[in-house]
Amino acid sequence: MDKFGVANSQKYDVYASRLMPREEFFTSGHRSCQGCGEALAVRWVCKAVGKDAIIAHATGCMEIVSSGYPQTSWMHPWIHVAFENTSAVAAGIDSALRILHRKGKIDHMPKVVAMGGDGATADIGLQSLSGAMERGHNFTYVCWDNEAYMNTGIQRSGSTPFGAMTTTSPPGKQSFGQSTWKKNMVAIAVAHGIPYVATATPSYPFDLYFKVKKALETPGPAYIHVLTVCPTGWRSATDLSVRLGRLAVETGVFPLYEVVEGRYRLTVEVPKLKPVTTYLKPQGRFRHLREPQINFIQQQILERYELLLKKCAAPYPEFPSLVSSEEGALWISKD
Amino acid sequence: MGHRKGMEVSIAVSHAVALARAEAIAAYPITPQTHIVEHLSSMVANGDLEAEFVNVESEHSAISTCIGMSATGARTYTATSSQGLALMHEILFIASALRLPIVMTVANRALSGPLSIWNDHSDIMAAKDIGWIQIFVKNGQEAFDHSIMAFKIAENSQVLIPTIINMDGFILTHVVEAMEFVDQALVDKFLPPYSPRHSLDPKSPVTMGAFAMPEIYTEVKMKHQVTLMESHQHITAVWDEWAKLTGRAYKPVERYKADNASTLFLTMGCLGEVAEIAVDELQAAGESVGLIELRLWRPFPFAELREALAGANLVIVCDRALSPGGAAPPVLAEVRSALYALSQRPQTLGYIIGLGGRDVNPGSFKDIYAKARMEIAQGPSQEFYLYGVRG
Amino acid sequence: MSKPLDQITWQEIELGALLRKPGSAREYRVGDWRSQHPVWTKSRCIRCGVCWTVCPEPAIIQEPGGYFDMDPYYCKGCGTCARECVTGCITMVPEEE
Repeated sequence: MDKFGVANSQKYDVYASRLMPREEFFTSGHRSCQGCGEALAVRWVCKAVGKDAIIAHATGCMEIVSSGYPQTSWMHPWIHVAFENTSAVAAGIDSALRILHRKGKIDHMPKVVAMGGDGATADIGLQSLSGAMERGHNFTYVCWDNEAYMNTGIQRSGSTPFGAMTTTSPPGKQSFGQSTWKKNMVAIAVAHGIPYVATATPSYPFDLYFKVKKALETPGPAYIHVLTVCPTGWRSATDLSVRLGRLAVETGVFPLYEVVEGRYRLTVEVPKLKPVTTYLKPQGRFRHLREPQINFIQQQILERYELLLKKCAAPYPEFPSLVSSEEGALWISKD
Repeated sequence: MGHRKGMEVSIAVSHAVALARAEAIAAYPITPQTHIVEHLSSMVANGDLEAEFVNVESEHSAISTCIGMSATGARTYTATSSQGLALMHEILFIASALRLPIVMTVANRALSGPLSIWNDHSDIMAAKDIGWIQIFVKNGQEAFDHSIMAFKIAENSQVLIPTIINMDGFILTHVVEAMEFVDQALVDKFLPPYSPRHSLDPKSPVTMGAFAMPEIYTEVKMKHQVTLMESHQHITAVWDEWAKLTGRAYKPVERYKADNASTLFLTMGCLGEVAEIAVDELQAAGESVGLIELRLWRPFPFAELREALAGANLVIVCDRALSPGGAAPPVLAEVRSALYALSQRPQTLGYIIGLGGRDVNPGSFKDIYAKARMEIAQGPSQEFYLYGVRG
Repeated sequence: MSKPLDQITWQEIELGALLRKPGSAREYRVGDWRSQHPVWTKSRCIRCGVCWTVCPEPAIIQEPGGYFDMDPYYCKGCGTCARECVTGCITMVPEEE
């Protein structure tokens, strides 16, 4: 797992783009909004996934913009079933591959990747994700987090950040918008004891790329939480999606880290966090916030970042390793 | 030929699924299906069945996982009942729309509320429109035979429609019967390995589950409807092939002593065997009565049903489910609809029996017979009757 | 080019409404949506490829000399490339009518 090294790519290695694969697995012609951060993320994740994989995708923006009969943007074998069951479908694909391989009907097992939005992951799909992680299927789950149910018109989800305006958490005379803190999907994934969990954003494309590669190489379940900027839902300029993602990292709103076998590690270090207002200001969805809420957000971000740093420095993992020296890794498939 | 064994029918069904060499099984336990999946998992654990058995965390995930398994090209099976089937509901339509040959045993059980673990057909009747092939069995031998044949039907390249085998919960799943088992060699010859026409494979990528604009949705549904109706001939072909191999013949509509009968009972599932006893006793007492048992529910066997009911004056349709607030209970509604086009058609009366596992014995059928004759003589007093309700 | 949607008959639908041509979305020219497009000032372009990296479509193609240009069929005119360009050599120019 170390062969991909540490993706300390907080500075753009300007010419690194030249080293990246040119083949596109998520083709143009998809109907996303202009400047869609999620489409950019899908493009890079699919590049990292490579040819030899099967993708299960949840209902959502990326599914709708890419798979209207009779056209498809996907170069991979791809299946969409429903909103909340992507992990269950991926579990089925993984199981079928194992039995077909064991019976000699296929010569090797392609990678299995499940993809879904924040609603499909943290809300309606949480059960199936939890079940699939607990059962130890060999798959990677990628969550496209644009922080609301965007495809249906910007309604709030469990992943909507504190104070954000959505159509179902609108600010009004008796409300300042979303009033609870964003659900911590990474902690939920880590709590399942899976071997690889990470956060990523397409604003750091190489960090994202190598994390996906690492997740795919890890036997057993892996979970990657990708912050994807949505100019339409966040009410930001269409050319700012990459910049806002970078600001999310630089302000500590969305730190980039990975949890390998229960050990936390930052992959992009930000020695001095920028004030959170630099991140909030360009987004119309936070326009209504007053000083008390902004101060609260700033204080929460700083405290949570400190906690994260403590976790990274912790001398013990979140859970004991499930690799037994006698029987080999628990996650490795039986055959 | 085969060999006769006595065992609980659930266990026989799991043996049938194992003989059919099911490769991928996803299951969530629910009374009264549990013995089927328990035995399957023990067969897998002992190496008697080479399969992946996935203990999913809900029935919704069970059918979703089955879709993933079948889409990847494995022979897929699951089983459920009542609330589990209801929880799967949303996905069942998708499984048939994606044309995945999943085989499912439904141990028919009443739907909540109130909660009931006992047998009736309300669970499967609430799933009439899911677009699957649906077959009813009435005894252990049929349950065993049809559980094997279901795979051949579903996986037929001209069909590729998921298939449900309905068996009454407890009164069939949990009874011990003597059944004739067939051996692995016969099944292997009858049922070759699953060879998918479409599957998820990086060597030849496809997109499954695209969305459909209004311009195209109707056409996609038409294709499914036509394929489902045309599967009738493939279903009967499979049954005929099985008859040649085992001597046991099955038809979409079964007739019991129905020749020249002026009154016919119509049942589905196990209560058919109880009705047979009643028919014997009534005939012995000189009554002109026979029995029709509907085996194939979807696709609906119009031709065979019309032919079977043609000569009768009265058909007493015995439903095992209520359609609350509806024009008629489900089977009565469909039978009447099938007969409507005929210029000469029998009268039909509907009796709903055995809801929530209430016992139905031959005496009940004889009582219904007497009541039905009286209602016809006086002119029916109701649209349909909830038999045996107190108060 | 695929048949127009409202002319496809039910018999022509593939089983399960399956799509057998990966990447067929490329038949749809989303470039028609844009109201502005990027223009590179070649003298300032260092051919780093950042614009190509951040395009969500992707709608940036690399010419044989290594310089980049927009793909007119797919560029939606979001401006991300201009914003992220390291040397600032990309300008967004309104579409002529």
